[in-house]
Amino acid sequence: MAKRIDVSGLTAYYGSHKAIEDISMTVEPRSVTAFIGPSGCGKSTFLRTLNRMHEVTPGGRVEGKVLLDDESLYGPGVDPVAVRRTIGMVFQRPNPFPTMSIYDNVAAGLRLNGAYRKSELDGVVEKSLRGANLWNEVKDRLNKPGSGLSGGQQQRLCIARAIAVEPQVLLMDEPCSALDPISTIAIEDLIGELKEQYTIVIVTHNMQQAARVSDRTAFFNLAAIGQPGKLIEIDDTERIFSNPSVQATEDYISGRFG
Amino acid sequence: MSNAVLDTSPVDSADRGSDSLRHARLPRWAPLGIAVLSAALGSAVGLVADLSSKAQWGLIAALLFVGITFALTTAVEGVRQARDRLATSLVWVCFIAALVPLASLVWETVVRGIGLLDGYFLTHSMSGLRDLQPGGGVYHALIGTVQQVGLAALIAAPIGLLTAIYLVEYGGGKLARAVTFFVDVMTGIPSIVAGLFVLSFWIILLDFGYSGWAGAMALAILMMPIVVRSTEEMLKLVPNELREASLALGVPKWRTILKVVLPTAIGGITTGVMLAVARIAGETAPVMLLVFGAASINNNPFEGPQSSLPYFIWQQFKAGNQYAYDRAWAAALVLIGLVMLLNLLARGIARWKAPKAGR
Repeated sequence: MAKRIDVSGLTAYYGSHKAIEDISMTVEPRSVTAFIGPSGCGKSTFLRTLNRMHEVTPGGRVEGKVLLDDESLYGPGVDPVAVRRTIGMVFQRPNPFPTMSIYDNVAAGLRLNGAYRKSELDGVVEKSLRGANLWNEVKDRLNKPGSGLSGGQQQRLCIARAIAVEPQVLLMDEPCSALDPISTIAIEDLIGELKEQYTIVIVTHNMQQAARVSDRTAFFNLAAIGQPGKLIEIDDTERIFSNPSVQATEDYISGRFG
Repeated sequence: MSNAVLDTSPVDSADRGSDSLRHARLPRWAPLGIAVLSAALGSAVGLVADLSSKAQWGLIAALLFVGITFALTTAVEGVRQARDRLATSLVWVCFIAALVPLASLVWETVVRGIGLLDGYFLTHSMSGLRDLQPGGGVYHALIGTVQQVGLAALIAAPIGLLTAIYLVEYGGGKLARAVTFFVDVMTGIPSIVAGLFVLSFWIILLDFGYSGWAGAMALAILMMPIVVRSTEEMLKLVPNELREASLALGVPKWRTILKVVLPTAIGGITTGVMLAVARIAGETAPVMLLVFGAASINNNPFEGPQSSLPYFIWQQFKAGNQYAYDRAWAAALVLIGLVMLLNLLARGIARWKAPKAGR
């Protein structure tokens, strides 16, 4: 189910502002890749280029190539809607649909994409909620609104919603930054389980988190405010945190940044 | 500026003295007491000076209230608290000044209109009656208002809704800016101009007769910009994160708008449409020009003259005798009741449809 992502020479713009420049990397299937780096270095922008969410922002524009198992995401005739069905995304702030119940939130991706039988939906909803470690907490109140859950539960609900459409890749944009440590642990455990089936990319400001959950880590940096962000290096997480090949990475990780 | 701050700081600390957190305070009932006192003084001055207008009494009382509050607080609590109370009392005075016309309008209409308002009045027309005679009713006008406003809403609500969706979800270029500009211009169109436009186009140029439908078209022109503006604001309130969450699930944009954005905003949109309906329900000018007015019941809005509540009120008032005046007041009460009913309905729908936060 999981697929590899190959990025080469990717540059992204907001209008005339160049946000990230010339990024090339490979994201391995069935593994967790973490993006770290200071604020404004383009981690989130880069993440959003991977499922064509960047162009949703007014003025958003991308140059370069992104291959998903040899299939170009930005090729002519590629439907961004199909890309996003294949590559799911979890956002920084939990954003369940406020008009929908817990059940409907999880079923949203399938239901909004076409007709499904009720019995089929029931199965998918339970499987996704179990997959997101939320089933036991919500199984008795599936018809209550999703916005009534706690922040950590809401975020797991969003993860359940994302995996319900069975994507190949799951992109997570600082999924724990709005959560307390206990919810964070729950999500991190979940990431560990999900990587058996999915390719996972996670943006995080928490370096311990990157060290805990990821197999490979990419460090992004920018030369100065207003300059485009660049990929400094990507390597096995262990190497990045013990013996990085670039001085700037070591400075950032050890807190000697700036 | 910074000098001034520096200058006052020694005074401040001296002011705090030994017991720095406690201040002399006016008792809790002081504002109410001052209000009663000012009202009494205002009335007394009014009586003594033989001022005929009650508005003058009120003005004097209001000025006294603000002045006494400020003076008393300055003496007891100090300058900063006095400024605070000054602002508070001004807000109260303005609030009451805004309420007085509203309350007196409703009171006046109810008192004068309730006498005639009964089942007979609501179910009979003025057919065969002259304005000089007693009796008759408002049914023909009620039917006219409901049909004309309903038709206008049927035209204006979908167009306004779709325009707002275009502006918020798809617009951004020159076309959107132009549409926004013209919607703003349309908001300012006087109702008589909208009526004249439909008159010259529909009745004079295309040679159709007077009808409720012609009036509904003019009302729709008046209603459309209000619907666009209110819907636009409501759609802008929908967090972008919800749109992104839906798009990231691989849901096409049009389904995202239909299934996520609109349901989230539906409460506010309904309220906006209902307010627009309430606004056009009171329009007289287009009805005078296009619907012509009628004394008898006409259930077909597409053919022949009709009446409407505002038109009926105007026409009865113009008749200028006591029976007609009574009918005008009762019809005004019916109109206010109708609009209030619509508003309550809208609020009910908004509350029912609003995103629930319960557990």
